[in-house]
Amino acid sequence: MMKVDPAKKWSGPMRPYDLVKEIVVAIVVIGLLACGLAALFSSPDEKAVTLKSWVTAAPADFAQVATGELAGTTGSAGYGAPYNTAAKGQHFGFIKLQDWAGVRIPINPANSFVVEPLLISNDATAIAAVNTWKAATADQRGKWANAYEGALTKAGDKTTLPDPNNSFGPVPAMIDGLSMMAASGALDGALLTSDSTLPTNFTKPMLFLADSDGYFGALATKQHLGGDQWGVMNETGSWPGQSWLWLFSFWYQIDPFKSSDNADTIIMLIMALLTLALMFLPLLPIIRRIPYKIPVHRLIWRNWYRSPASKQ
Amino acid sequence: MSSQSWTGRARRATLEKFKPEDLLPEEQPAYVASWVYVFGVATIAALVMLIASGLVLTLNGPAWWHTSSVGHYVNSVHLWSVELFFVFMVVHLWGKFWMAAWRGRRLATWITGVVAFMASIMTAFTGYLIQTNFDSQWIASEAKDGFNSMGIGAYFNALNTGQAILLHVSLLPLALGGIVAWHIILVRRKGVVPPIDNDVTIEGSSK
Amino acid sequence: MQLALINLNHPAHYFSFGPFAISGGNLAIIIAMCVIFIAALFIPFPHSNNFSQDDKKEDRK
Ligand code: HEM
Repeated sequence: MMKVDPAKKWSGPMRPYDLVKEIVVAIVVIGLLACGLAALFSSPDEKAVTLKSWVTAAPADFAQVATGELAGTTGSAGYGAPYNTAAKGQHFGFIKLQDWAGVRIPINPANSFVVEPLLISNDATAIAAVNTWKAATADQRGKWANAYEGALTKAGDKTTLPDPNNSFGPVPAMIDGLSMMAASGALDGALLTSDSTLPTNFTKPMLFLADSDGYFGALATKQHLGGDQWGVMNETGSWPGQSWLWLFSFWYQIDPFKSSDNADTIIMLIMALLTLALMFLPLLPIIRRIPYKIPVHRLIWRNWYRSPASKQ
Repeated sequence: MSSQSWTGRARRATLEKFKPEDLLPEEQPAYVASWVYVFGVATIAALVMLIASGLVLTLNGPAWWHTSSVGHYVNSVHLWSVELFFVFMVVHLWGKFWMAAWRGRRLATWITGVVAFMASIMTAFTGYLIQTNFDSQWIASEAKDGFNSMGIGAYFNALNTGQAILLHVSLLPLALGGIVAWHIILVRRKGVVPPIDNDVTIEGSSK
Repeated sequence: MQLALINLNHPAHYFSFGPFAISGGNLAIIIAMCVIFIAALFIPFPHSNNFSQDDKKEDRK
């Protein structure tokens, strides 16, 4: 066998090769392939949802979640950094990256999603209710909102409830007003333009929407997009999705990760570690010997190994 | 003429490191004869299609393709180019692994390849975020938890569509293009790695 | 706006084994990837058989 030092410039036999032709042919062939696949299969486009489509399709879910924002029981109300200080956020041992990054996108869901939009509406009943709400103590507000949220949840598909025991305070009027505002589309606009008059940032309406398991979450589960359904790599309809995220998606399917409150942090850290391992794979003891032990290279270079030149 | 001017140093560090026939070769070592070698170039070709279809998509704004059948077709070309791009890249990665193509001081080639892979994943991901449809809404709402859990969400906000659009059409493709260029220059500079031979013990670096 | 010869705009079929579940679309892509790799290993590359130690000069032309 010929002695080869892979670090030295090759001094053995050469063969003709046309780099520019290869690239041009590749672009033409792959261009045609992409255009052909596009014509054959098209691409998915499931219409976006809005607060308006939410309240129209699932008014009871909307009323419950909106009340939850007042009661502080929704995902975003109890989120923590970067939106608020309601929770410490995820951590891994002493690594508390979420908390350390701090509150950089401050959002108080009760105020941002309910109180402030109602104040710019022209619904006198709702505005009077908001003023009562604002005048009350935090403790009193919590009692009203929790009581109404409990009653709505119990009632199931009701969007508004009477208050025979006087325990809901201004909350039903606020939620009725917000539902009306959402149904007209005004709430989408109000949340979108609350920070900027010509917005490209959907953080507020999206956070509100994402608090809805009954509508937004259910739509995603139906499309197999849930985190526990390998949803990270899936696509709406029957199109292929981001299959290259399979390993990231995988950890969410198994214990102990799938039942951990810190799943996101732990899985992101694992993936960072595995990425480093791939990057420095050529230095990893056993793994870098695999291509020698399982000689796929004998197939790739079979003509070379057979040629007289290689046996010099 | 070994001037100490910045210009002279820049020339010696770049142009003079390359012979023209190394950059655009008309011959290759005899062992470069396998279909496995075409996947690097195939990945580049898919990237060219991605950029071309992506540029067409930018012309009429991010929501154009929802209402125009031409726009939807261009979006489909863009999507299928992404799928082809990743298929070719992964086959390329497998090929380079089985050839142990990091031998002979080619570790940097491997590492720039992995960085290109990661940059591609981020570029594709921001692309998914800016579809302005249900899929992008859902991906944004899920991904924000992952980023927030790492403290990244405070700076890269998946729910901020404007931020994702600008990242997807400027910084990320530029970074990807830069890293791919570096990767390819390294390959041309070192020459294609020779076959694994029984008597060769040299690993990542020799001597 | 779907102008597709084959309509994929319907709920996907999922294949599942234990904790694994994969959509038909993703499975097709992954199988295609494996098939392409194996094909690239086995399909002979054109003009790869005709070199020997003294081809060196002839090949250069
Ligand atoms: C955007 C993605 C990428 C592009 C456009 C690209 C392109 C290329 C091209 C054109 C070549 C030379 C021709 C060939 O051997 O195929 C090459 C070589 C190489 N690539 Fe990549 N590549 C990419 C990603 C990767 C990845 C993910 C890896 C591995 C982790 C990788 C590792 C290598 C290595 C080690 C070589 C040198 C092979 C040798 O010396 O024989 N590349 N790449």
